Amino acid sequence: MTTRHLGFGLLGALVALALIGPLIEPLGPFKQTLLRALAGPDALAWFGYDHLGRSMFARLSQALRLSLTIAFAATATAAALGIFLGALASWRGGWLDRGLSLLADSVLALPALLMVLMMGVILPSTPLAFWAGLAAVQWIEFFRLTRSVARSQLASPAVEAARLQGFGPVWVFRRILWPEIGPMLRTATAFGVANAIAAIAALGFVSVGMRAPTPELGLMMVELLPSWREAPFALLQPVAACFALLLSLNLIAGGRE
Amino acid sequence: MTFALRTLAFRLLQAAGVALVVGVMSFLMMRAMPGDMAFRIAAARYGYDLASADLAEAVRTELNLDAGPLVLFGQWMADLARLDLGRSMVSGLPVWEEIAHQLGASLQLAAVALGLSLLIGPPLGIYAGLRAGGRFDRALLVAAAALRAVPQFLLGLVLIVVLAVQLRLLPAAGHGDISHLVLPALTLALGLAAASARIARDAMAAFAASPAHAFACTKGLSDGQVLLHHGLRAIAAPLLTYLGLQFVLLAEGVVVVETIFGWPGIGHALIHAVFHRDVPMVQGTALVMGLSFVLLNTLIDLAVRRIDPREVRA
Repeated sequence: MTTRHLGFGLLGALVALALIGPLIEPLGPFKQTLLRALAGPDALAWFGYDHLGRSMFARLSQALRLSLTIAFAATATAAALGIFLGALASWRGGWLDRGLSLLADSVLALPALLMVLMMGVILPSTPLAFWAGLAAVQWIEFFRLTRSVARSQLASPAVEAARLQGFGPVWVFRRILWPEIGPMLRTATAFGVANAIAAIAALGFVSVGMRAPTPELGLMMVELLPSWREAPFALLQPVAACFALLLSLNLIAGGRE
Repeated sequence: MTFALRTLAFRLLQAAGVALVVGVMSFLMMRAMPGDMAFRIAAARYGYDLASADLAEAVRTELNLDAGPLVLFGQWMADLARLDLGRSMVSGLPVWEEIAHQLGASLQLAAVALGLSLLIGPPLGIYAGLRAGGRFDRALLVAAAALRAVPQFLLGLVLIVVLAVQLRLLPAAGHGDISHLVLPALTLALGLAAASARIARDAMAAFAASPAHAFACTKGLSDGQVLLHHGLRAIAAPLLTYLGLQFVLLAEGVVVVETIFGWPGIGHALIHAVFHRDVPMVQGTALVMGLSFVLLNTLIDLAVRRIDPREVRA
C-alpha cells in the first residue's frame, strides 16, 4: 500500500515538472548559448546547459511532457479499444470471437518496437507513429483481460436476468462488467504507460525515434553520451528522469498477482 | 496426440495471422513511400544510374501497377504467400539471402543471452523460493523489480560506461571476437534473468508448500534429492511457458541491443532498413521475427506437455 503511494507521489512530481516546467522557465528548449555549453546550473538554466548550450531544465521538462503525452494517449486508446473489442467478442461469440482472438495472438508475436517502426514508415509524423504503433500492440492486454472477465460474467444468472428484463448491452456493460474490469485496469494501465515510455526512449536512443532538435529522453541521452566525462551531471539527468518515471509506474502497478 | 494436433493447428493459424499482419503493414508502407512506385522498382532492379522513364514504364506495364490498390494488394499478398520477399532496395540482394546472413549472428547472441540468464535467474529464484519470506527472498524481490524497471538500452548504456569506458575490461562495440559478445549478451541476460528468477521463485515456493514436497521429505530424501527429482520438474513447466512469452521481449531487446553494440544481426538490419525505407527488408525481418516466435512457442508447448503430461483444464 505504501509503495503504491510512493509511486503516485513520484509520478505526480514528474507530471508537475512536465506541466509547469515549460511555463515558468525563461529560455525554452532550443535557445542556444554556446559559450555556456556543458556549464553547470545558473540563474537562467536551473539544471545547467547541454553540449549545444541549451537549457537542460527546459529540455528535460519538454521531453517529459512529450513522453507522458504520447504514452498516456497510446495506453488510453489501447484500453478503450481493447475493452470494447473484448466485450464485443465475448458478447457475440462465434467467429467474431475467434477472429479477434487470433488477431490478438498474431500481433502478440510481433515486438512492440517493430510495430512502432513500421507505423513510422506509414504515418507522416513520428509522435503519431508512436501513438498508433503502441496502441496497436497494447490493446491486446486489455482485450484479453476484458474477454476473460466478460466470458464468465456473461454466463452468470445476473446477466441472464438483466437480458430477460430487457436491459441492453450498454446497461449490462456498465452495471455488471465494468465493476469487475475497472479495478483490474490499474496494473495493466501502469505497465502499458511504462512500456510506452521505455519504447519511446529506446527508439530515440538508437536514432530512429524522435528527430534531432526535439527534446526527448532517449535522444538526450545519446546526444550527451560523448561529453559525459566533462558533464556527467548533464547525462545523468535524462537517465534519472527516465528511471524515475519507470520506477513510479512499476510501483503503481504493484506486484503481478 | 490430439493435444499435439490442436497445438499445431493453433500455431499454424497464428503463423498465418502473423504473415497477414506483416503483409498488410508492409503493403501500407509501400503505398506511403513518396515518389513513383514504378520508378523505385526499376531503380531497385537495374540500379539507380540505369533507371530511366522507359524502364519505369516497362515495369509499370509488366507489374500492372496502374491496377487498383485492391489488385496490387492481392499481388503483394500472393508474393508473400509464395514466400517471395523480393530484393532489398539498398543492396539489391534477395531479402532471404541477406536475412540468412544476419539471422545466424542474432541467434548466437540470443542463445548466449538466454543461456546466461538461465544460469543467473532460476538458481537464485530456487534458492529464494526454498526460504520464501526470508531476507534473501525479499532482497531478490526488490532487486528483480528494480531491474525490470530499467529498460534494456539504459542497462546497456550503464554497462558500456562502467565496464568498457571506465574499467576498460571489454570492447564496447564490434563483432568477431568472443569478447565482443559479452556486453550485449549480458545486457539482454540481466533483464531476462530478473523475470525468470521471479517465476522460478514463485514456482519453487508453491512446490515447497505442496503435499508432494512434504511427502518426499517424509520418505527421507535429502533436500538435494527432493529438488533434483521432484522440484525441478515442478518449476520447469511454468518457467518454460513464461520463457515462451518472453521471446517477444528478447526479440525487442535484440533490436535495441544489436544497434547499440553494433552487432550485425537481424535487429541491426531492421533499424537500418527502416532508416533507408527499405520496405522488402523491413517486411522480411518482421516476418522472420514473428515466425520465430511462433516456432519457438510451438516447441515449448510440446516440451511443456512432455514435462507435465497431466490433462490441462478444458
